[in-house]
Amino acid sequence: MSENGKPKFGMYWASSCGGCEISVLNIGEHILTVDEIFDVVFWPVAADFKYKDVRGYPDGYIDLCLFNGAIRNSENEEMAHLLRQKSKVLVAFGSCAYEGCIPALANFTSKEAILQTVFLDSPSVDNPDRVLPQPVTAVPEGEIRIPEMYETVKSLDQVVDVDYIIPGCPPEPHQIWAVLQVVVAALTEGAELPPKGSIVGAQETAVCEECIYPKSEKKIFRFYRPYEKVPEPGVCLLEQGIVCMGPATRGGCGALCPQVGMGCRGCYGPLGEVKDQGARMLSAMASVIGVGEPEMDERMLEREFETVMDTLADPAGTFYRFSMSHSLLRRAKVNGNGHAEPEPAEAGTTNVEMAN
Amino acid sequence: MTQQITIDPVTRLEGHGKIDIFLDDEGNVDNAYFVIPELRGFEQFCVGRPAEEMPRITNRICGVCPEAHHMAGTKALDALFHVEPSPAVKKLREMFYMAFYVTDHTTHFYALGGPDFVVGPDAPAAERNILGVIHKVGVDIGKQVIACRQRNHHVIQMLGGRGVHPVAGLPGGWAKALTEEERVEVEKIARENVEFAKFSLKLFADVVLGNQDYVDLVLSDAFTEPTYSMGMVDENNMVNFYDGKIRVVAPDGEELVKYEAKDYQKHIAERVEPWTYLKFPYLKDVGWKGFVPGKDSGVYCATPLSRLNAADGMATPLAQEAYEQMYETLGSKRINGRYQPVHYRLSIHWARLIELMFAAERMLNLVTDPVITDPNVRVVVNNIPDEGVGCVEAPRGTLTHHYWTDENGILTRVNLIVGTTNNYAPIAMSVKKAAKSLIKQGTVVTEGLLNRVEMAFRAYDPCFGCATHSLPGQMPLEVVIRDSQGEEVQRLSQFT
Repeated sequence: MSENGKPKFGMYWASSCGGCEISVLNIGEHILTVDEIFDVVFWPVAADFKYKDVRGYPDGYIDLCLFNGAIRNSENEEMAHLLRQKSKVLVAFGSCAYEGCIPALANFTSKEAILQTVFLDSPSVDNPDRVLPQPVTAVPEGEIRIPEMYETVKSLDQVVDVDYIIPGCPPEPHQIWAVLQVVVAALTEGAELPPKGSIVGAQETAVCEECIYPKSEKKIFRFYRPYEKVPEPGVCLLEQGIVCMGPATRGGCGALCPQVGMGCRGCYGPLGEVKDQGARMLSAMASVIGVGEPEMDERMLEREFETVMDTLADPAGTFYRFSMSHSLLRRAKVNGNGHAEPEPAEAGTTNVEMAN
Repeated sequence: MTQQITIDPVTRLEGHGKIDIFLDDEGNVDNAYFVIPELRGFEQFCVGRPAEEMPRITNRICGVCPEAHHMAGTKALDALFHVEPSPAVKKLREMFYMAFYVTDHTTHFYALGGPDFVVGPDAPAAERNILGVIHKVGVDIGKQVIACRQRNHHVIQMLGGRGVHPVAGLPGGWAKALTEEERVEVEKIARENVEFAKFSLKLFADVVLGNQDYVDLVLSDAFTEPTYSMGMVDENNMVNFYDGKIRVVAPDGEELVKYEAKDYQKHIAERVEPWTYLKFPYLKDVGWKGFVPGKDSGVYCATPLSRLNAADGMATPLAQEAYEQMYETLGSKRINGRYQPVHYRLSIHWARLIELMFAAERMLNLVTDPVITDPNVRVVVNNIPDEGVGCVEAPRGTLTHHYWTDENGILTRVNLIVGTTNNYAPIAMSVKKAAKSLIKQGTVVTEGLLNRVEMAFRAYDPCFGCATHSLPGQMPLEVVIRDSQGEEVQRLSQFT
């Protein structure tokens, strides 16, 4: 706590889009309250901090640090270590820090392919000397350094110890405000904080539980792309064959996307103890796909199931839209020094098949 | 002696930003580099995804302007699937987009650009932020700003599904229709927006134009850079954000080219440098001559000011009035019915407020259009997709999405030219020019210098950093002065 008795607050982004910051602003006039309650000691977008001061802060100086963004390069990782050291409570804020989010779709491809596509193969690029960005470049006046891009996009918990998680891309403003109130009560009135490792600002139930469309036992025989069908109002999208990640996704957003007729894409992450959101979705699919007769043998059943699944475009990129860093599919694991190593495929898991 | 200016952390688009300024032996600026040290690679990792997911994936390029990526992506799907949206769909999308423009321009002016003028460029850094603005103009105005953002984000959520990262865009359509009850609410919001835009223009006139020091700063050579101007225009050559042709005019106002967005590759190419992860677009019709201004250099700007420069005027009355006032005040001559472009970079802030008025008036026009409540805005599309380009004006510049797919609509190739990227070369030049005019023969670097160098790129509202979009919008800037051996001799921060 500061001399003025206020808890110290920090917020930082690594590889991210800035949407988490906008969502914090979208708590509206509560932002003035945040300014009253907290002593902001590090918030690049909001406060006149001294960068070197962050390094100079004693360990654990920041009471609450919200870290958004994935770990895409060496600079992101350095900041993660620094803020872990300086913060009492470090929160993985938003989907990127939690599980990689959209940037981690890059884990389906490689760093080399990204550089090739962006700087050499792009149809508008003019690069006759086939120049690629370099960690160190000698220019006539001196030397310029840029961070090293990693092979694999990592979540925050893959590089440092994380105390809490606030999921969402981005976390919804009402959830952010609810969490901040809990933290304030803990810091000022000694109220108890949730157990370390908790996912906060979200529900313990699926998005479906918050959805306005009731579920029936209706089965489907094919999937429809969102432009192939105008959904029937008031009916569960998945039961109409429109892919919706609701059953495999933690609630807390208020089931916003299905309410405008668009399927959930899973940005609040997997539910409960489940680590692998795609595997969970696959089993949800099994319960909604209407194939098979009671006496049918397993092989036949599997074939019929696959026929329906074949009508689903890009299952891996859909089921792991936001969670590639945590997926069992990830092609590489990260060792202690931040370099990626090939990881052997997980044998016997259904989700590995989906990578094909 | 080497001087290095580091802006860190500045993020979004393709990551953080950093400026390296090198001095020569006399202590004058030798060169300046604006470095973008991060790359996420959407062009590559979107390959293999279903095309219709692009509006929901590419909005994660920028959480400050996700609506722009969502809309460019949605329009690219129209082209990709060969489907022409109905007038109701187009108007509904455009109305959603105007709500976004109002909130985005408001955020920039009050949280970021405004503090430099309202509080003053030489005020202590601790006051040069939105809270400083509120102290100067009163807490009621601060609450008005927050209320403006809130009501327009409400519209964004109502029509787009979510307040950040909307989901409603579909090929040829839009997932959410507007009910009459909602229409009445949006009309009220649009009227409030027009009043707020009037208020903001008046605030600018009182605080900035009423202060000769600020006017001198706007007109000063340090912040003047003649380049080509790019912007989208409607069939009458008026500014439009949602649809139209791309027009490029020379520094003297002569039209270089007006092209269909799908032909962008004929007119735009991108240079690669080894010291940054971001590419430098330039005009192919002129050619790349390096980081230099003028008519012979292919460097162009795509900002609120360049949109006004490239157009013949504004399509709504109050915005047109404000537009004329700006060009008259800045001494621009009308030639063949058009004002000559102005190149005072700080007047981008003024242009942004004129656009705020246009967005508010346009939103009001659209919400009172009888077709806006057409319930049939989502359509079934059966056409075989192949290739499509979608283009809108993002607040920070012309935004182009280009997709190729197989016959199943699975992406095989993606190209993106993002709003701020257009301005990468001019921003780098503006930073260098500001540094050059302020650092002479080893002048002692002061905090005022840092803020003025910062102002040079802040005017563009660069999407390199949330730092430039958020409350209260103070950017960490640090100057490290090193001797020729690389030893640090002085370190200054504007927050010291």
